[in-house]
Amino acid sequence: MTFKWHGLSLIPHGTSIDFIRIRHVTYLISILITAITFVMLWINGLNLGIDFKGGILIEVQTKGPANLKELRDHVSHLDLGEVALQEFGRSDEVLIRLARQEGGEQGQIQAISKIQKALGDDVSFRRIETVGPKMGEELINNGIYAVFWCLVAMLIYIWFRFELHFAICAIIALFHDAIAVLALYTIFHFEFNSQAIVAILMTVGYSINDTVVIYDRIRENLRKYKAMPDRELINLSINETLSRTILTSSTTLLSLIALYVFGGEVVAEYSLPLIIGITFGTYSSIFLSAPLLLFFNLRRKNQSAEKIPQKA
Amino acid sequence: MSTPYWKTALILLTCFIGIWFALPNLFSKNVLETLPSWFPKTQVNLGLDLQGGSHLLLEADLKNVVHEYLTGLLDSTRTVLRKDKIGYAHLRTDLAQHAIVFELREALEGEAHSRLFKILQNIDPDFTVQIEGIHVTLSLSEFAVAKREKSAISQSIEIVRRRIDETGTKEPTIQQQGSNRILIQLPGIDNPEHVKNLLGQTAKLSFRLLDDSVSLEEALAGQVPTGSEVLESEEIASHKVHYVVRKAILVSGETLVDAQPSFDDKGRASVSFKFDAIGAKKFADATRANVGKRFAIILDNKVISAPVISEPITGGHGSITGNFSVQEASDFALLLRAGALPAPLHVLEERTVGPDLGADSISAGQHATIFSIILIAIFMVVAYAAVGFIADIAMVFNLILLIAALSQLGATLTLPGIAGIALTLGIAVDANVLINERIKEEMRLGKRLLVAIDSGYKRAMSTIIDSNLTTLIGSLLLYIFGTGPIRGFAVTLSIGILISMFTAVSLTRLILLSWVQWRHPKTLWI
Repeated sequence: MTFKWHGLSLIPHGTSIDFIRIRHVTYLISILITAITFVMLWINGLNLGIDFKGGILIEVQTKGPANLKELRDHVSHLDLGEVALQEFGRSDEVLIRLARQEGGEQGQIQAISKIQKALGDDVSFRRIETVGPKMGEELINNGIYAVFWCLVAMLIYIWFRFELHFAICAIIALFHDAIAVLALYTIFHFEFNSQAIVAILMTVGYSINDTVVIYDRIRENLRKYKAMPDRELINLSINETLSRTILTSSTTLLSLIALYVFGGEVVAEYSLPLIIGITFGTYSSIFLSAPLLLFFNLRRKNQSAEKIPQKA
Repeated sequence: MSTPYWKTALILLTCFIGIWFALPNLFSKNVLETLPSWFPKTQVNLGLDLQGGSHLLLEADLKNVVHEYLTGLLDSTRTVLRKDKIGYAHLRTDLAQHAIVFELREALEGEAHSRLFKILQNIDPDFTVQIEGIHVTLSLSEFAVAKREKSAISQSIEIVRRRIDETGTKEPTIQQQGSNRILIQLPGIDNPEHVKNLLGQTAKLSFRLLDDSVSLEEALAGQVPTGSEVLESEEIASHKVHYVVRKAILVSGETLVDAQPSFDDKGRASVSFKFDAIGAKKFADATRANVGKRFAIILDNKVISAPVISEPITGGHGSITGNFSVQEASDFALLLRAGALPAPLHVLEERTVGPDLGADSISAGQHATIFSIILIAIFMVVAYAAVGFIADIAMVFNLILLIAALSQLGATLTLPGIAGIALTLGIAVDANVLINERIKEEMRLGKRLLVAIDSGYKRAMSTIIDSNLTTLIGSLLLYIFGTGPIRGFAVTLSIGILISMFTAVSLTRLILLSWVQWRHPKTLWI
């Protein structure tokens, strides 16, 4: 007997979890998340960042740990409206945010040079961004279009590859995933910038993968087991692909966690919402997009074929 | 079952080419220059957020272009109507319709009607002339407006390029975006305010006579003669001086051929300029006819100075002494040399990243990518043992080929692009997970190892294509709707996914089959 190094099966073969049985619980959870997100959106609104609202953002690095109070004193009497200061990742890095200033381009230029003068040589300026109000409006519109067209493209794709009822269930699950990412911004009031749109689009693009793999298996099993009831067939398909679903999500989550931990503060603005999005995307593929198919009759088109039971 | 030789050769060749073109990125620019000429030298193009620099998005106010053009035509229309003694009223521009409208004293008929029609049409061939009773509309077609706007934007880009080149900025990128925007990328610049200031001025220069028919008090009270207007001077110690200036332009800045900063005889900063032949003659004639009068030098509707013409200026040279500092005089000269913008530019967006933040971001990105490779590699080996290790080799080649592709395609790597790379690595092994799960299933059905591997790859293929296509659709939409750095994310992700179709499928298949044929294992321990 020689020792063989065997791959570890994270999900043992023959696993059979009854996902369908708990579907009402998971439907409820998803409805709750959606409801909470919309209520919070209604109460809190989105904390729109500079990309969408316009304004000025300055990142400075201080020599030694930043004394926020002292910095705030320096800039607060400059008559620039509300000035927000915030530590950014490290103790010697500070973000300064200003609302858009009056007086067109000159107004912005003057505000920035006032701050540069007030903070003087004590700090180094790492990043300065000014965004006009027009850009913000455009970015919001573009973001909404992008997410909308992404969903439409996915709908058409699934419709084309499978059938319409598959597409409808997939879109409901994807919509749920987009909402889950949005929840991060409404509940924790994170700043909503263009990174959020990227996170939503990637979540949708990623979550559809899991869904397609499970649907693919359902279609295959529909051909294979002509007499099996829909409920059992969906359960079997989810279980058969479970190993792949979990493994793939794990590798992607691992790389995103590395990105979040080591990628610095700016990259964290992408990786954190993506981590949430991909977690929910995996959840929705297993617990929403497949079980939702039960609302439809999967064998509608194969009625006649069903009369001849056949084993694969 | 075994891979044909040509296919093996092709796969190995691709990997080798990938290493070859990714190689330059390991060296610094200085080291690369010392290497022999056959060595590839193209590195990945770093975005401004990684190398530091300034990104400016400007919008040209094109409404202004049409407005100015119509205003010019308004003058010619007036002249033509007066010359031909045609009575008119309410002559004005209608910007919404891109038209000039006026009313006739009386409706014309027959020959007079067609004569007027011909006269008006002659003013500008782009006009569509409509005479309905006493109402006359001269409108520019959409096509004519688009033509003017298009030429204005390309001219603006040219002027912007000249102005930026004059400041000595290295390797600026100036591109048109959409129909009326200009994107400027200035790598390594630490004072974008100066550039912004230079671009913020249209720099339209004109020489015009002062109107002495009314006093300044009368004009300010609203009694401005037609054909004149009140203009302000530049602020002098927060005090503005007003002038009554004729609208008619003696000479415009377009006829200047050179402008240099200099000093006048009292040691004040000034700008000396030189006209071309036509400008010189016009200026000589105008000054000769108006000796003793004052004229105004006007830049962007502000009076810079208003000297008295003491004698005709015939040499085609002149100098302007305003109230400027040495820096302002040199900027002013620069603007005159580079020429006037056909339309004012507005800054929509500005993003400046200092070089240290860029360097920090690169090293953070490198660390993150290396750690995600290590984590995924360990995970895959734990899950699939030796076969997982083959997937890891493929993942590393995915990264190498991605870097090679980015270098050779000249795509720009941005900070979100680095996030895209890390995400690609996570997604790339997905294909191997799908394949390995399929092989496992095939083996459970009791198939022979080589058959199981073969059908595992075959059956996983449609799922792999499906899942990659959906991600590609997502990143395509990101590219279409996204701007700047986000596009960088979309580009790296798309290229990465396309490459993963090769590395995760062809390359792993080749390695796995070669290994099986070499060692003849009875089963795969996956």
